[in-house]
Amino acid sequence: MKALLAAVALAAFLPAGAVRAAAPPTTVHIRNDAFFPASLTVKAGETVTFINDDDDAHTATADDNSWDSEGLTQGQSWSHRFAKAGKVTYHCTVHPFMHGALVVKSAR
Amino acid sequence: MKRASFLGHIAWTGAGIAFVLGADGLVHAADASPGQFSFVQISDSHIGYAGPANTDVRATLEQTVEAINALPVQPAFVIHTGDVTHVSKMTEFDDARTILSRLRAPLLAIPGEHDVIGAQGLPRFAAAFGRRDAAGRGWSSWDQGGIHFVALINVGEGETMGVLGSEQLAWLEKDLAARTADTPIVIFGHVPLFAVAPEWGWTTADGTKAIALLRRFSSATVLNGHIHQIVEHQDGAIRFATARATAFPQAAPGTPGAKPGPLAVAPGSLLGVLGYRTVEVAAGASWQDISLAQG
Repeated sequence: MKALLAAVALAAFLPAGAVRAAAPPTTVHIRNDAFFPASLTVKAGETVTFINDDDDAHTATADDNSWDSEGLTQGQSWSHRFAKAGKVTYHCTVHPFMHGALVVKSAR
Repeated sequence: MKRASFLGHIAWTGAGIAFVLGADGLVHAADASPGQFSFVQISDSHIGYAGPANTDVRATLEQTVEAINALPVQPAFVIHTGDVTHVSKMTEFDDARTILSRLRAPLLAIPGEHDVIGAQGLPRFAAAFGRRDAAGRGWSSWDQGGIHFVALINVGEGETMGVLGSEQLAWLEKDLAARTADTPIVIFGHVPLFAVAPEWGWTTADGTKAIALLRRFSSATVLNGHIHQIVEHQDGAIRFATARATAFPQAAPGTPGAKPGPLAVAPGSLLGVLGYRTVEVAAGASWQDISLAQG
């Protein structure tokens, strides 16, 4: 805990990019053929990690194809940094009924 | 298939097909009779999957290849109706190609949605298996053994799975228009063309448009994979059948509380629900589904 506090205190004096990297991870779990949470709000510049908890293969693929985790087997994860504010909808290419959304808010 | 239901199947498929009663007591389609045109369908090998539903998908595909190679008369070709790989990785395509290259008969393959993941999926599939490609887009047709064969692609169109698209439908309409109504037609595709379970992605959104183009033919047979189990369906003179997988089964459509995906079965019963299909074509197509437990 002390180390963590020290890291946070140190982060305050680092450039903005490093502070963002130290932010708590934001995770979407893929479980039972669904994205959890189905809708997630993050700040611009944050990194979202998608983790496949299912025995089946899944993807997290932007509806506009601007990003794609490609195939994730059980236990695999994929991370993507969302730089721009806006709402992004995505799906699983092998299960077209699976949909998710990310709301990326301006960092300011 | 039990003998009684198989005999019923003969009546259903029509005359002109020879059958033999094997030493194992099972009625076999006459795949041992020289001169009869036959082909084999395999599907859903999911090379790269490892989990409770099948810890060794390579072994069950190898077993399938060995069983087909042991058929007394080799089929004119073997068609793989998609999901050769689990997540379109290069190593998965390499492993699948190595195993399938041991088939004595020529191999044709069409992609499933698991073979076209990411930007590199389809190029890897094409590199591994090549494609008969009349239209430059992957779908194709050819005449063989008096039958007109059509291989459709109904995966990989962005957000929608189970869709042919207007370009492919226009090509299919033109392709079929050149055939006489008494030409036997056999259609291949990965996802079923008819609605098996739309809520599970087990349908082709514009499949009814393709089906409408088949109505004028006296014999049309549509063979698909995707659902890892045999479901037969008849609509006028058009007959549909989905195939077993070589990798793992899935739940029956409509099973309460179930979802699509790998289904673990009791130890020792896996081979009984995996298999391949031999298809004879005489007056029309007839088929027999053979589980890996049968050999």
